[in-house]
Amino acid sequence: MGRYVIRRLLQMIPVFIGSTFLIFFMVYALGDPVAALFGDRAPDPATAQQIRHDLYLDHSLGAQYLHYMKNIFIGDFGTAFNGESVTSLMGSAFPVTIRLTIVAIIFEIIIGIALGVVTGMRRGKPVDTGVLLLTLVVISVPTFVTGYVLQYVFGVRLKWTAPSVSPSAPFNELILPGLVLALVSLAYVTRLTRTSIAENTRADYVRTAVAKGLPRHRVIIRHLLRNSLIPVVTFIGTDIGALMGGAIVTERIFNIHGVGFQLYQGILRNNAPTVVGFVTVLVLVFLLANLLVDLLYAVLDPRIRYA
Amino acid sequence: MPETTETTPAATTPATTAADTAATATAAGPVTPAGTATPEREKARSLWSDAWHDLSRKPMFYVSGLLILFLVVIAIWPGAIASGNPLACDLSKSQMGPTSGHPFGFDTQGCDVYTRTVYGARASVSVGIFSTVGVAVLGSLLGGLAGFFGGWWDAVLSRISDIFFGIPILLGGVVFLSVVKGGTVTTVSAFMILLGWPQIARIARGAVITAKQQDYVQAAKALGASNTRMLLRHIAPNALAPIIVVATIALGTYISLEATLSFLGVGLKPPAVSWGIDISQASDQIRNAPHMLLWPAGALSITVLAFIMLGDAVRDALDPKLR
Repeated sequence: MGRYVIRRLLQMIPVFIGSTFLIFFMVYALGDPVAALFGDRAPDPATAQQIRHDLYLDHSLGAQYLHYMKNIFIGDFGTAFNGESVTSLMGSAFPVTIRLTIVAIIFEIIIGIALGVVTGMRRGKPVDTGVLLLTLVVISVPTFVTGYVLQYVFGVRLKWTAPSVSPSAPFNELILPGLVLALVSLAYVTRLTRTSIAENTRADYVRTAVAKGLPRHRVIIRHLLRNSLIPVVTFIGTDIGALMGGAIVTERIFNIHGVGFQLYQGILRNNAPTVVGFVTVLVLVFLLANLLVDLLYAVLDPRIRYA
Repeated sequence: MPETTETTPAATTPATTAADTAATATAAGPVTPAGTATPEREKARSLWSDAWHDLSRKPMFYVSGLLILFLVVIAIWPGAIASGNPLACDLSKSQMGPTSGHPFGFDTQGCDVYTRTVYGARASVSVGIFSTVGVAVLGSLLGGLAGFFGGWWDAVLSRISDIFFGIPILLGGVVFLSVVKGGTVTTVSAFMILLGWPQIARIARGAVITAKQQDYVQAAKALGASNTRMLLRHIAPNALAPIIVVATIALGTYISLEATLSFLGVGLKPPAVSWGIDISQASDQIRNAPHMLLWPAGALSITVLAFIMLGDAVRDALDPKLR
């Protein structure tokens, strides 16, 4: 197990370097962060040169990247062009988005798995067809449409919840945004659980458990569910990164000041240090979540052993 | 991308007996695991005619197929059902409800929502089709060759696709498109191809590796077939099924992604006519004039739904495991 973890961590290094370099390349080589500072006016060449020098932008791209990475390791993500350090922006933004992601994942787990079990056990029945059609609709309607519609219905019309979230973003205000963020993945979780349950209901160990005379709920929870959830756990784990990235849409709709909001502001203003810093952290989260999922495999399925 | 979880070909190839393989040669090879093979059939049907047989009895296939046909026709020739000009707007009609001749009402700029919704199909359908064709061709070429030849090329390609996988596609899109200022169908499709190919490459690689180990390919090799012949005659037809399935479902997601990027202001840009742009402009007026949001949003959702339904139907037909 230990050796496996070390090997996986080592494999992560080139992927991390590659992904972050790609982003770095897009922002610093394809775009021009200094010109962006001046808005629509053309910068004075001497001033631009001075800024380039101050920001270490007069070196080759490779050297710039190394310089940037070196700073990251000592916890310095640079300074946004408005003078605020990117680290402090992260400190205020990440807790909000993490709360939002937690709410979304709770929805995925509770509703997604429950619906998946119900439909998987009743394959071909009206409930199954109904839920299946519903998941198709949910997958097809883009998040920004469901977001606005639900915000209008529950926030503006019914007034069950605040239509926009206050800067401190407590959990109770994040319920609706969390649901909106979760919806598409929730539909996938439902379908995945359904397929998995339907496959496993025919398995020998389920028949044995039933034949032993175990009560139905015990068969479902201890035997069927435990084995069927393995692909679902994989999906939810890899989804963490996608959810935090996808929050850019949800956070814009509900005016949540999280990672997506800061990233969006950074992109609008062409604020290179903010964009690269936030994306780098998100890539890292994504990679770590994938590693965690691989390790969870061994816990859930004793047949898998890591040498 | 979540779709792959259900469609990835089985990693372990079930042993197929020589007799079985001979009977179905070039046909239902690797994608038919032995457990669910169809030995009872009197005559061995090819995978494709089998899939067609299955599809032709599904109402979902016809519904989505007709919808897509309709969308493609209006994407090519929007004038057929909308006589107006999507860019001809009259501010005095700003946010007005439906009137005769303008069944969907007007948007903030006073443009006819019906005309804009019809014309919006072109952007979505072309981004979807260009990206999918690009991703499928590039992905299956790179992935297929990596799977076939193996070795260092395979190792390098797998690491490169890992790198692209490390970037969530929406984030990558926002960063890339905000830097590459274009806002046209070409730039948006180019981005989707750039970040989308590893998904197909992985599937193509797996499918080719599975096909390569089949007895009939070994037999062809023993008979002295060239690499080109083995790839084109024996491997490609058998590795194609999973690629088609994933590509069809991906088409729907690309359309949705284009709209999301346009909504965020980095995808297509005005004067392009796109559902994403219209939804974005209508979103802050939802309290006063919900019709401005509902029509383009409905059209977008139905389009994505049609492609995802088609993908679902094709998957059920091509993946015998699910029967």
